[in-house]
Order: sequence, then C-alpha cells, then structure tokens
Amino acid sequence: MSTDAPALSPARTLATAGRVLRQLRHDPRTIALLLIVPVLMITLLRYVFDATPETFDAIGASLLGIFPLITMFLVTSIATLRERTSGTLERLLALPLGKGDLIAGYALAFGAVAVAQSLLATAMSVWVLGLDVVGSPWLLLLVALLDALLGTALGLFVSAFAASEFQAVQFMPAVIFPQLLLCGLFTPRDRMHPVLEAISDVLPMSYAVDGMNQVLTHTDVTADFYRDILIVAGSALLVLCLGAATLRRRTT
Amino acid sequence: MMNSLRPTHAGAVEAHALTVVRGDRTVLRGLGFTVEPGRITGLLGPSGCGKSTLMRAVVGTQAKVTGTLDVLGHPAGHPSLRARVGYVTQAPSVYSDLTVRQNLDYFAAVLRPGRARRADREEAVTRAIGDVDLTSHADSLAGTLSGGQLSRVSLAVALLGTPELLVLDEPTVGLDPVLRRDLWDLFHSLAADRGTTILVSSHVMDEAERCHRLLLMREGSVLADDTPDALRTRTGSATVEEAFLHLVDEAAADEATARQETTP
Repeated sequence: MSTDAPALSPARTLATAGRVLRQLRHDPRTIALLLIVPVLMITLLRYVFDATPETFDAIGASLLGIFPLITMFLVTSIATLRERTSGTLERLLALPLGKGDLIAGYALAFGAVAVAQSLLATAMSVWVLGLDVVGSPWLLLLVALLDALLGTALGLFVSAFAASEFQAVQFMPAVIFPQLLLCGLFTPRDRMHPVLEAISDVLPMSYAVDGMNQVLTHTDVTADFYRDILIVAGSALLVLCLGAATLRRRTT
Repeated sequence: MMNSLRPTHAGAVEAHALTVVRGDRTVLRGLGFTVEPGRITGLLGPSGCGKSTLMRAVVGTQAKVTGTLDVLGHPAGHPSLRARVGYVTQAPSVYSDLTVRQNLDYFAAVLRPGRARRADREEAVTRAIGDVDLTSHADSLAGTLSGGQLSRVSLAVALLGTPELLVLDEPTVGLDPVLRRDLWDLFHSLAADRGTTILVSSHVMDEAERCHRLLLMREGSVLADDTPDALRTRTGSATVEEAFLHLVDEAAADEATARQETTP
C-alpha cells in the first residue's frame, strides 16, 4: 500500500494514544473500575485461600497476568467497535492516518493503563497480601504488560466481527473463557486430557500463565521465561496485524 | 490562498461511466458528470437515489467502484488526496466523549502532525470552531451538544485542513432556518474567498437555489447537470423543485414507453 504518510508516524501514533487516554479521562468511573477491581479481586482471593497460602501464590500470580488481558480485551473491543459504528473510523481512514498509527495508538494508550493497573495489583499482592514471589516483581509487571497488549490485540481483532456492543461483550466468554480454562490456572496443563493439553499448547494465555509461574518459582530469568514472553509478545503482534487487516479504507 | 493550488485541468471531479455495485444491487449506473472547481455543486434527489454512495466514491471510502472517477487530478481515493479532500458524513462522526476542541485537536494532529506545527494547528482549530459558530461551546463535551451543534462539529473537522474539495452529505438536516442560512453563507464564503470546491447533497429543494450548479439524481442516474436558472428555463418551471418533478415524470414516462415497446 503506497501512502503519503508512512505506515507508522510517531507523531500521529502519539496523538492517537493521547486522544484515547483523553476519552478515558472523561470517564472517571471506568478508570476507577479498571484500577480498583483487580486489587479487590486479588484481595478477595487472598482470603478465600486463607488457610493455604501456597494456593494463593500459584493462582494469585497467574491472575496478575490474566486481569490485564481480560480488561484490555473488553475495553479495546468496545472502544474500537464504537470507532467503527460512529463513523470516526471511516473519517480517520479518509485522512492521512496509517492503520499502524491507529493500532499502535490504541496499544500504547491501553498499555499505559495496563501498567498503572498492574503496578497497583502487583504492589498490593507482593507487599500487602504477602504473595510469595521468588523472582523479581518487575518481571511480573513485564508479563502483565505483554498480556495487556495481547488483550488489546484480541479485542481489536474481534471488534471487526461484532455488529453491536451486545455481540462484542459476548466475544469475551467465547474468546477468553476457553483460554482461561485451559491455561493451567485450575489444574496443571500436563494433567489435562492430551487433546486439551495440545490445544492449550497453541493458546497464548497458557504461556502468559507459564511465564508468571516461572517468575514465581525461579530467582533468575530462565530460558523458559524468555520463551514464554516471546510467544506472548509474538501472538500479540500477530493478532495486531490481523486486526490491521480488518480496517478497510473502502467498504461496501 | 488555495487558489494557487487549484488544479489546472477542467473539473475538480470528473466521472465517466461511473458504476457502483452494493451487494447484488447496482446503486450508480454509468454516471458521467463534472464538478467545476471553486463552485458549489448541489447533489439532489430523493432518499435512496445514490447520493451518499456517490459521495463515498468521490472521497474514496466506497468499495466496488468501476469506471473513471478523477478527483483533483488523481483517481478517487488516491493517498495524496486524503489531506486535500474534506468529507462530512450524514451522521456526525466525532468523539462524543471529548470536548469540541479536543476533537478538533486530534483530527488536526492527524492532518498536520509534529510539535513544530503546534501553533499552526491551534490557529486552524480556533478558526474552524469560529467558522461553524461554536466558539462558546468549544469546551463542552460533544456528547452534551444538540444534534445541530454536533453536525457542526463534524463540519468543523472537515474544514480543518483547508481542503480544496469539501464533500458534504446533507449537512443542514435538522438545523433551524437561521443556522441553515448561516451555513450556506459559510459555504459561499469558502467558495468565494478560499476557492474551495463544494459538493453538497440535500433533499431540500429550496437549498438547490443556493447552488451554482446542480446534479439531479434519480435511481442511480443523473437526470440533469445544469445551473438552477437553466434548469428552470429548460423545463419552464418557477422553482427547482418543479423542474425536478418535471424531469422525474419525464424519465418515468420514458421508461414506461420503453417497457411497452419491449413487451410483445
């Protein structure tokens, strides 16, 4: 595709990210829900497993990775669906804006929100609730950020297949729940039925949870950890590209 | 200032055998017309006659366009046209959860990115807000504005880049008479002072009298392409509305005769 503007212009990407965050700022309730709900859930979990702190450690660390994925999936799918239905997407694509600018802008804005969300939830878990992490909490944060990007990518992609906000929220159970069940949160993946284990091997959330568990149980950065975050980052990038393909300048 | 940039070729928009298919329906049937530069061309016709599809084809957002359609010397939808053509859709396409100024700031940053052009952008934003008479509402959330105000925000966005061609899809729907008059005055000053070519659709016939030229459409075809005066004279009518109805009846009668001739 030849275009006047390069596929990715830093100034336009930053302007888009700033616009998305400004929209969010006019909606303080959503910000509060994004930041506070994960903290409350992780606190709840701590006292659910009051008698077995080691269970809290395992599930808590995984959840720190899953929260940003789910929330960013929901927020992005609704936000981009609105962009498609309100006509602003058509207008933007008739302007000298690269598709990459739009997608990177969204990823940047929601990535920033995810950093704030994960900072709060991770700090609460490690310093207040006594989550026992052997590795560095910063690595937890890194995995959480990559998970958020994966959530943003998936949300952007599925919004192309939703005609309404009702449909968009239904994609959450359709896309996220199977991954949630198979990611090793409920039972180790190698103890599932071999078919399910094979399926879980190709779902990106499995590697998000594996990565969290690597940090949980190893002081050093392991080779497995690198593999896990590369897979999550790679999946996010792949789905973002698929999402870009759903943005059409010409529609019928 | 745009006069110097006006293309040297004849029409701002030139169409030949322009056809658009949507699904299994042919919405535009081999249209041919020219939009004169620096003038206001009204696109008139009943709802569903293909006005919006034609406008989407001109701005390059319509898929399945065949035939020739040149805009400012380039094929419609050419990337270099994106900054030169302003487009206002029927439904206001702005962010309801941003203020008027924040909306314009963002679209301005897309048109003229970079910190170096910040002053430039601020000036363009302030001027566009003034053009559509929303200065007192600049800091209101777009979602709290009335329908007419919202469509003016949408128009302001299209004015931002000082476009050479402005494509306006029913910009005055739902506006009170005073606002409609003000907007038409704005269109005329854009054409006269900035040399902007304006293609504006409407199904309100009294607005047709305010255009320099008219394209009358019916069922995907152009019925007439003329000045309002010439149309009235040719059809012997007092108003453009009468002229249009006259042409529609004529076309319907022609079709009926054609059908009779083909049936044995």
